[in-house]
Amino acid sequence: MSFTTTQIWTVIVGLGLGSYLLRLSFLGIIGNRDLPEWVLRHLRYTAVAVMPGMITPLILFPQASGGELDPVRLGAALATVAISLWTKNAVLTIFGGAAVLFALHFGIG
Amino acid sequence: MTYSRDFWQGFRDGTPFILVIVPFGAVFGIVATEAGLNIAQTMGFSVLVIAGAAQFVALQMMVENAPVLIVLAASLAVNLRMAMYSASLAPHLGPISWWRRSVVAYFMVDQAYAASILKYDQAPDMSTGRKFAYYMGVVTPICPPWYIATWAGAALGTAVPAGLPIDFAVPITFLALIVPMLRTLAHVIAALVSIVGMLVFSFMPFNLGLLVAAALAMMAGAEVERRMSRNRGPE
Repeated sequence: MSFTTTQIWTVIVGLGLGSYLLRLSFLGIIGNRDLPEWVLRHLRYTAVAVMPGMITPLILFPQASGGELDPVRLGAALATVAISLWTKNAVLTIFGGAAVLFALHFGIG
Repeated sequence: MTYSRDFWQGFRDGTPFILVIVPFGAVFGIVATEAGLNIAQTMGFSVLVIAGAAQFVALQMMVENAPVLIVLAASLAVNLRMAMYSASLAPHLGPISWWRRSVVAYFMVDQAYAASILKYDQAPDMSTGRKFAYYMGVVTPICPPWYIATWAGAALGTAVPAGLPIDFAVPITFLALIVPMLRTLAHVIAALVSIVGMLVFSFMPFNLGLLVAAALAMMAGAEVERRMSRNRGPE
């Protein structure tokens, strides 16, 4: 890396400040004002609209396996969904998913 | 003290994320140190930016000697989803005081957002103050361990055994949050549009495909909800 100390801190502070303003944006501007119903209706789906897409490439094309579909990771993902539907408990799901991941990793990896 | 039950409920719900936060904070510390950052700069990233994915993107581009403005643009693009979280939390946490909102904004990481919004949707009668207490409970076992793990990775070096599939802790913990969110057909449709949209728009640079996919998924969810409620007719 040929970055100077000033350049490194410019990236850190710039990214930190920019990220903070993105996080504060609507929360700060909207405050306790009422939003129109159609806006609220869209916002109700924010989490299920962002998170599945965010993890899709991590599940289908993990960098750790060179971007190739990996039976260990895919199996662990499917098992995690099944455990979540079955137990309806986030802690059990996370530990169960991790257990399946390691079982498959050391079993067939 | 009335809010302490909500705080500890949030704390308990946030605790499993330590499984993700610690290995990734440590890996960031190790990679940043290997890239030539000193411990203050490495900690500067984890404390001021407090967003793993954006930190890794910035670091990677710095290693490739990209211009400062390009590094900033690319890593901020990764964090644009935070504005969506901010809008999504506004109906729940908007009424709290300005300084509390500024604290909420600082700690707004993926896991804190997902765990909180799941709780708020399941408990619509929760007061604003209780929602804030819950949020602070969730971030307590998430954010401080992120700093400590980053420091440990930077100071102690390679402690994570190579070859373990720890990268997959991220999708597992998010799946554990997403599946309970799929309560209605509209939520399921939105999630499917998100996945398909991400694959279709994956050619876009700077992870912008995720934003397009998310916008389409929100529209799909809202539209399904509108049609379902119209079919049910006036009550």
